[in-house]
Amino acid sequence: MTAAAEGSPAFGMTRARRNALLQSEPVQGFALISPTFLYALILLVLPILVVVAHSFWTQNYLTIDRTFTLENYRAALTEPIYRDLLWRSLYISLMVSFFTVVLAYPIAYFISFHGGRHKSLWLFLITIPFWTSYLLRVMSWKVILGYNGVLNSGLMGLGVIDEPSTALLYNSSAVIITLTHAWAAFAVLPIFVSLEKVDRTLVEAATDLGDGPIRSFLRVTLPLSAPGIISAALIVMIPTVGDYVTPKLVGGKDGVMIANAIQAQFGKASNWPLGAALSVTTMLIVTLMAGATVVIIRAAQRLAR
Amino acid sequence: MTTMRRFLASGWLSAYAFLYIVFLYLPVIFLPIFSVNTAATPKFPLSGFTLKWYEDLPRTPALLDATWNSLVVGVAASILSTVLGILAARSITRYRYPGRRAINGLIMAPLVLPEIIVAISLLLVILQLGLSLSLLTIVLGHVLICIPYSITVLTAGFEGFDRSLEEASADLGESAFGTFRRVTLPMVAPAIISSLLVCFTISLDEFIIAFFLTGTDATLPIYIWGQLRFASKLPGVLALGTLLLVASFLLLTIAEILRRRAARRTQNEGGLHA
Repeated sequence: MTAAAEGSPAFGMTRARRNALLQSEPVQGFALISPTFLYALILLVLPILVVVAHSFWTQNYLTIDRTFTLENYRAALTEPIYRDLLWRSLYISLMVSFFTVVLAYPIAYFISFHGGRHKSLWLFLITIPFWTSYLLRVMSWKVILGYNGVLNSGLMGLGVIDEPSTALLYNSSAVIITLTHAWAAFAVLPIFVSLEKVDRTLVEAATDLGDGPIRSFLRVTLPLSAPGIISAALIVMIPTVGDYVTPKLVGGKDGVMIANAIQAQFGKASNWPLGAALSVTTMLIVTLMAGATVVIIRAAQRLAR
Repeated sequence: MTTMRRFLASGWLSAYAFLYIVFLYLPVIFLPIFSVNTAATPKFPLSGFTLKWYEDLPRTPALLDATWNSLVVGVAASILSTVLGILAARSITRYRYPGRRAINGLIMAPLVLPEIIVAISLLLVILQLGLSLSLLTIVLGHVLICIPYSITVLTAGFEGFDRSLEEASADLGESAFGTFRRVTLPMVAPAIISSLLVCFTISLDEFIIAFFLTGTDATLPIYIWGQLRFASKLPGVLALGTLLLVASFLLLTIAEILRRRAARRTQNEGGLHA
């Protein structure tokens, strides 16, 4: 009893300190997020590191040779097939992000400035088609653009053309159209959010000071919404580089993209290290392109002001 | 003059908005149209009305299996990702600590990674560990890509939340768990249900990850992918697609209504308290 009483002040102190530490904001906050954080570490970061490791190895039939080599990267960057596929994937994703942003901007502007009470209804209307099965949306473009498709039969019915056109489907334009449609909602939302943040009094001030509607838009609203344009471009560009379904269904031989080659290396061709190197190269190039996009849009923003 | 010009501008914009909506919806509209058409190839003019493509659906065992698999995967993935999402969203909205933004960025990363990268990296690890591919591996992948959406939905629900209500509850003698169950949970329940529905819808539609990480079991998108190779199977796929479209639409409308109700509720309660 006395021993306990003697020992207790010191013991009580440390415990109090430990409790204070356990109850401190940072520790509690970190403890709370740690399961999700660990999940992302184990199932995202670790696997990507494994892919990076594989990209420096080679494969002999079924066994992986773990000696360091850059051979896979040499193949990925210099062999014409892979180089062409990479370029085409970049080209297609750039075109898609350009078109989605250009088409999405007026609608985001319309909702933000003229949407009135129905803003969230408009946004909901725009997001619904995005939630329908991706596979089926791509499929419906195949139905529209196909040889016996809606567009061909419709144009023939109207007498515009005499026989079905084969130029509509199975090329990179078909891939660009389909992806532009598939990612539309993703571009509208970030632009809308940044337009909502534009201070309306600044636009009024520009008008009061004699700027016409177009000038005040170009010098005030557009530059101020640049962050939204940047995130819209990135959110479309990055995933579309690695798209697999669209090129496979509507791309034909001329619309094949890098993801199809990656899939082949993990499937039929069964060369994991090469597949890994192609994946890492794709990720790196995407990152570079995303960085370049940010720099270019920021520069344009500064010029406009 | 200015009002006139502004009216003209908004007129052009309204017309554009209308065309944009048509562009978004037109391709989707063709699915239901051709799913009730008698011809096996989708083209105009329509040949006649039929429901036979729908009647064939329940008589396809492979389709029923795929539907069941999709339901199992979707339910498991949505529950798991919503639980992980609740922890993360709560931590992000309630606490301040170093590294918070970096951790958040990492968790949200699947949003801006090409899905094929996520799929093949998981595939490599699973094969290296000698695990067999199954519905479970699909769930693991789906949880990874659902968490960012879950956090987005939940953060919106948690942010309007008034912390003093919880403090009041604790001051009045409720335990931490009691406060969570009787104060926090009722306030955030709509956001949680909305997150479950959104995650379920994503999992139901997800193809690439399921395609790479499946063993012998097919989910609905994998089944559809297999059917797309056969031109004669197209009307059946269109009928199935129409049903999926209706299901997604209903789920998301419910999720949206709940989200709005949650937003309104947290705002009102906060206002009342202030």
